[in-house]
Amino acid sequence: MAEKIAQDGANSSVQKDQSMEIQKRMLAAHAEKLWKAKEEGKKVVYTFVPGNLTELILASGALPVYPEINALQSGMRNLSADYIQEAERIGHSEDVCTYVKCDVGMMLKGNVGPTGVKLPEPDLLLLSYTGCFVFMKWFENLKQHYNCPCVMLHVPYQADGVVTDAMKQYVVDQIRDDVIPALEKVTGKKIDMDELRRRMQLSRQAEDDLVWTLQSAKRKPSPIDAYFVGVYYIGPLFSAFRGTEDAVEYYRALRAEVEDRIKSNLGPMTPEGVLAKERYRLVVEGPPNWTSFRDFWKIFYDEGAVVVASSYTKVGGLYDRGFRHDPEHPLESLAEYCMGCYTNLNIPSRIDLLEHYIREYNADGFIVNSIKSCNSFSAGQLLMMRELEQRTGVPGGFIESDLVDPRYYSQANIKNRLESYFQMLAQRRAAGSAVLHGVS
Amino acid sequence: MSKTMERPSSQAAEAAHKEIIDSCQRIYYDVRLEAIAAWKKEDPAARKAVAYLPVYAPREIFVGSGVRPVATFGGGDQVNVIRGDSFYQSYICHLPRSVVELGLSSWKDTLEGLVAPAICDVIRNVSGVWKVLFPDKLTYFLDLPQNFQSKCGGKFYLSQLQELAEHLSKMSGRKPDADAYREAIVSYNRNRRAVRALAKMRVENPHWVPAWEYYLLVRAGDQMDADTHTDLIEKYIDLAGELNRPEQDNARIMVVGGFCEQPPLNLIRTIERSGCYLVDDDFTLGYRFLEQDADENIDPFQSLVDVYLKHSTYSSVKYEGDTPKSKRLVETALAKRADGVLLMSPSFCDPSLLDRPHFQKALEDAGIPYSTLQYAENLGQFAPIREQTGTFAEAIKLWGEG
Amino acid sequence: MKYYLGIDLGSTTTKALLIDENEEIIGRGLTNTRCNYFVATEVAKSEALNSARFFLLKRELEKALIDDSLKERLFDELGANFRLEQQLSHLDLLNETCEKTAPENVKDGVSSIFKQLKTDAQEIFADVKTDQSRFFRDMAGSAYCAAATKVSESGKVSFDSLVAVYDKAILQVENQVPEIDFQQMARKAQAAMKKQNGQKAEMHEAVDKAISSAAVLDLKIEQMVGTGYGRQRLPFEKSQIRSEILCHGLGAHFMFPNTRTVLDIGGQDTKAIQIDDKGVVTNFQMNDRCAAGCGRYLGYIADELNVGLHELGPLSLAADRACQICSTCTVFAGAELRDLLSLGESRENILSGLHQAIVLRAMSLLARSGGVENEFTFTGGVAKNGAVVKALDELVAENYGERKLNIHTDSIFTGALGAALYAHRAIDLEGAEVA
Repeated sequence: MAEKIAQDGANSSVQKDQSMEIQKRMLAAHAEKLWKAKEEGKKVVYTFVPGNLTELILASGALPVYPEINALQSGMRNLSADYIQEAERIGHSEDVCTYVKCDVGMMLKGNVGPTGVKLPEPDLLLLSYTGCFVFMKWFENLKQHYNCPCVMLHVPYQADGVVTDAMKQYVVDQIRDDVIPALEKVTGKKIDMDELRRRMQLSRQAEDDLVWTLQSAKRKPSPIDAYFVGVYYIGPLFSAFRGTEDAVEYYRALRAEVEDRIKSNLGPMTPEGVLAKERYRLVVEGPPNWTSFRDFWKIFYDEGAVVVASSYTKVGGLYDRGFRHDPEHPLESLAEYCMGCYTNLNIPSRIDLLEHYIREYNADGFIVNSIKSCNSFSAGQLLMMRELEQRTGVPGGFIESDLVDPRYYSQANIKNRLESYFQMLAQRRAAGSAVLHGVS
Repeated sequence: MSKTMERPSSQAAEAAHKEIIDSCQRIYYDVRLEAIAAWKKEDPAARKAVAYLPVYAPREIFVGSGVRPVATFGGGDQVNVIRGDSFYQSYICHLPRSVVELGLSSWKDTLEGLVAPAICDVIRNVSGVWKVLFPDKLTYFLDLPQNFQSKCGGKFYLSQLQELAEHLSKMSGRKPDADAYREAIVSYNRNRRAVRALAKMRVENPHWVPAWEYYLLVRAGDQMDADTHTDLIEKYIDLAGELNRPEQDNARIMVVGGFCEQPPLNLIRTIERSGCYLVDDDFTLGYRFLEQDADENIDPFQSLVDVYLKHSTYSSVKYEGDTPKSKRLVETALAKRADGVLLMSPSFCDPSLLDRPHFQKALEDAGIPYSTLQYAENLGQFAPIREQTGTFAEAIKLWGEG
Repeated sequence: MKYYLGIDLGSTTTKALLIDENEEIIGRGLTNTRCNYFVATEVAKSEALNSARFFLLKRELEKALIDDSLKERLFDELGANFRLEQQLSHLDLLNETCEKTAPENVKDGVSSIFKQLKTDAQEIFADVKTDQSRFFRDMAGSAYCAAATKVSESGKVSFDSLVAVYDKAILQVENQVPEIDFQQMARKAQAAMKKQNGQKAEMHEAVDKAISSAAVLDLKIEQMVGTGYGRQRLPFEKSQIRSEILCHGLGAHFMFPNTRTVLDIGGQDTKAIQIDDKGVVTNFQMNDRCAAGCGRYLGYIADELNVGLHELGPLSLAADRACQICSTCTVFAGAELRDLLSLGESRENILSGLHQAIVLRAMSLLARSGGVENEFTFTGGVAKNGAVVKALDELVAENYGERKLNIHTDSIFTGALGAALYAHRAIDLEGAEVA
C-alpha cells in the first residue's frame, strides 16, 4: 500500500513522507520473508484482518499472510477482474464476495501475489471467524485446494452491544485449546508466552500513536483524510506488523509528520498535492472501492471534501474507543480485541459509533459506500442512514460500488451522486444566508 | 407410463387426504400470521408468540418457557414489498425484505419477538434492524456455535440457551421448570421422527409423496404446536399408500441449497411436473436439523446442546470441521438413490452459493449429474425453469439407459 | 429585459427552458438526446429561442388586439402553421440530404416519398392541437416507412433500399443544428393562415408588426445553467452546472410552492427528493445501480409487446386486475412477460402488474428518502403515464394517508426550469463557507 502512495507521490509535487518510506520498507521486507519462507523452514499461516491474532502468530515464529489484503492489492493493480472471472469459471456465482473470488482466482492462476512474487502455500489456515460469515466459507473453499489443517476461531457477535463473560470465555477457550495447539503443532515449538506479552506491549505503543493520528482529524481544518489516506495509516497495525518494533517506529514517525502538518497548517495530502481548502467534513461508512481507488478519491478532493472519520478504518480494531492490547492478560485481551472489531458490532452500536463520529468530528455530512460484496457491512446500512439523519439532522449520501470487481464501479454514476450530494450540502449552507430567494 | 398396477383409491382416503393438504395450504398462505393473531386473542394476557428465522432454532426452549414458536420464512410471493425494499439494496437476497415488510405491518401486534439464528451476515443484521425498529420487543441473535467441542462450543451454546430461556420466561411469566422443557423435548423428538419418516417415504416411494405436498406438510409446523403437527404427518403417512398414485417414469432428484429463503410453491410444482421426483430437498431443513433424538432423561438444556453438537446435520451454514460437506453431499445423494442433484440457491445467498463450486466438483468426481439454478422467493417466471429441469430429467434418463 | 436559460441534458431527451428576469417562462425546447450531446443542446436551445420569440409575438398581439375569442383562434392557427413550417423546413433538409445520398435508381422513389410526407404534414398540422412533444425523428421515421411501403409496391424499387437512404440521412440531419430564420418562418405561417381564412386586414397588420418586432428582439441570454445526467459534457463553467437533484427540487418548488416531496422518474434513473419551504433540497435518494423500474424499462416493455410507449398507460388502465409481477429487472421482465402471455394472461392485466411493480420500486425510494409527509409532485417523462400516476396515488394514500399529488403540464421541463432559476438567481454555491 505504501508503494502505491509513493508512486502517487512521484507524479505530484508532494514530498514523500518518511512514514511512507518506512511502510514501504516494511512491506518489502515481509514480502522477502514470505518468498524465502519455505527455504528457511518458516511456517506460513493464512488468516483474516478482523480479529487477527498476529502477535500470537509472530510469537509462534510463523509468518502471516492476509488473503483480504492480497485481494485489495490485486484490485488496485488491475488484476482482480481476471481472477474473479477465473473463480466464476469454476462455479462461483456473480452474486458473492469478490474478495473470495479474487483470492480463489489468484490461487488457481498460480498464487502469484499482487507484487509479482509467488506466495508460499499455507501450512495452517487460521480461520478467525470475526464479523463476517463469508470468512468461514472462504477457508472452507481454500481447504479444498490446500492440503493443510484449518483451525476455526469462532468469535461471537456482539448482538446485544456487549461482551458477556460467556462470550469472552468461549474465545479464550478456543485460543487456548484449539488455536495455540494448532500453531504449536505446525511449528513444532511451544509458544513462548513472554514473547507474546512482549509483542502485545509493542502493539499498545503503536496503537496509541494510531489513535492520536486518527483523532487529529477533529481539528478544523483536518490535517489528514481519515479514509483515503486512513487506509494506508491502518495498514501496518491491521496486518503483519502489529506487535513489531517496525510498527512502533512507523507510527511514531507518522505521528511526528502529522504534528508537523498541524504546525505548518497543512491540510490532507492528496495525489495532486496538499488539499488547499477544506469545504466539507465527512464521515464515511463502508469500505472503499479498490479498483478505481484514485478516481473515487478524486471526486472527493476535487470538491474539497475531507473524510474526518470512517468506520472502515476500524475493521481491524476499535482502538479509538479505548481498547488496547494488554500484556498482563494476553488471551483475554486477544479475545476482547477480536470481539471489538467494527464488523462484529450490531447495527445499533454501529449507529451509535457513527453518530459519535458525526458529532465529535464536526461533520457536515456522512456518506454510505454500500459494497455489493460485503453483506456484513451493507445489510442494514439504509436503516442506519435513516436513523443517523433523524438523530443528527445531518443528511446522508448513498452510493454503491464494490471492493475489487470493476464491473460494479461506475465513475459517472458515483460522481453524479456525490456531486449532487455536495451541491445539496452547499445549497443548505447557502440557504442560511438567504441568497436563494429569488423573485417569487 | 405406469410401472405398478393401478388400484382404486378409496373415496374416504381421497377426502381425508384433501382435507390435510387444504389445511396445510391455509397455513402456508397465512404469511401475515392471522391464525396466530386469532389464537392470541382468545387469551391475550397469557399467550405469547415469538418468531424465528431459518434455518434451525431449538423450539423446545420456546415451548418450555411458555412461548409459542413461529417459524417464519418471510412473505414468499404473497406480499407487496415497499418498506422492505427501502431497507435493502438490490444485491441483498429477498427474504429480509418481506420479513421487514411484514414486521412493520401485520406482525407488529402479533409477535412479541424475533429470534435470528447465526447463519449468514444478512440474517445476523436483521437482528440489529429489528432492535432499531422494535426497541420494546425481544430480539435475540442465537449465536449457534461453530466449535463443536462440548467443553468449548458446548459451554457457550448452553449459556446461549439459558439466556434465551430467561428472556422468554420473563416474557411469559412462567417460572422455569425442567419438566416443561423435558416435555417439549419429548414432543419435538416425536415430531422430528415423523418428519424423518415422511422424508424416508419419499426416498422409498416418491410417487406417494409429491414434493409440494411434502413441503406443505412440513411447513404446517411453522405455526402448529408439535403434537398437532406430528399427528397430521402421521395421518398423511397412513393415507399415502392408499391413494391411487401410479409411479411415473421420473428422474430421482435431490435438491440442495434452498435452506433459508424459500422457493415459491409453484416452483416446486414446476420442477416436479417437469419430470422429477424430489427424493430429498433441504427447503425445510430446520425440521430435520437434528438427525437423532435429544436425550429425554438428562438436563434438558444440556440435552439440546449435546444433540446439536453431535447429531445435527451438515449444512452450508455450519462449519464443516474435518469432514468436507461435499463428501457428505455425495454420500447423501447415494444413500437417497438420487439420479441427479439440483443445486438450487436463492439469489445473493452467500452460504448456499459459496458452497456451489466444491459441491459441483464433488458431484463431477462422483459421476453424479447435477444442474444449478437460482431463484427468489417472489419469482414469477417458471417456463425457463420447467425447460431446464425438464431437460435435466430427460438427460438423466437417457444417460441411465445408455 | 434579461433572459436566463436552463438546459437539462437527460439520457432520453434534452430540454431547454428560457425565463425572463421576472422569472416568467417564455420559451421551451425539447429534443431527443443523440449520441452528440452538444448538438442536442444546441437544438433544444434554438427551439427554446424560437418558441420564446413566438411567445413574445403573442404577447405583442395580446396588447394590439381586443377581441378575445378571435385572439384565441388566431394564436392557435398561427401556432399550428408555425409548427407546420418548422416541420416542412426539417423535411426539406432531410429531403435534400436523402436525394444527395440516394443511388440513381432510388432517387425517384425518394422524391415521391417526400411529396407524400409534405402533404401528410399539412394534414397532421391542420389540427391546431397537435401534440408538440413528438420528435421529428419519430414522426418522420414512421411516415417515411409508410410511404416507402407504398412506393415499393410499384415493384420498381425495394423497401429496404428506400429505408437505407433514410437511415443514413437522418443521422446526418440529426447531427446538425438547423438554422431557423424566425422571421421567414413566421411570415410563411402568416401567409398560409391568410390563404386558409383570410382574416381582416387590420389583424394582419398587427401580426406583421408583431412578427417584425419579435424577430429583431435581442434575446440576450444573461446566464445559463446546465443540469441532467449529461451535464458534465456541457462546455460550461463549473458554476454553471447544477445537479439534477437541486434543479428538480427548485423547479418543482417553483411550480407548486407547497411541495415537500418530489418524485422524478426519468429514462435512466429515478429520484426521490425532499425539499423545504424554499425549495432547498434536504434529502434525496436515487435508484441503485440497477436501472430497474425507470422509463427505460417501460420502453423495453413497449418494444416487447410491440406497442407505442404512450399506449402503455391506457392499455394498463383497461385491466380488470393486476397480475403479480416480480421482476422489475429489464433483463428478466421480457421472459416473465412472455411466460405470462403464454399462460393466457391478458396484455392489459400484465401491463397493470408491470406498472404496479415500477411504482413499488418508486415507493421504496420515497421511503428511503424520508417518505411523503406533505404535498407531493411527480415529474419526468413517466409522469405522463396515467397508469403509473394512478397506482402511485393509491399507494401513497395507502402508506402515508391522502396527499395532494401535483403533476404539471410542463412536468418534463422541471429540471430545466430549476436550472434556469439557478441561472437567474446566480447562487454561488462555491462561495458557501463551512458553517
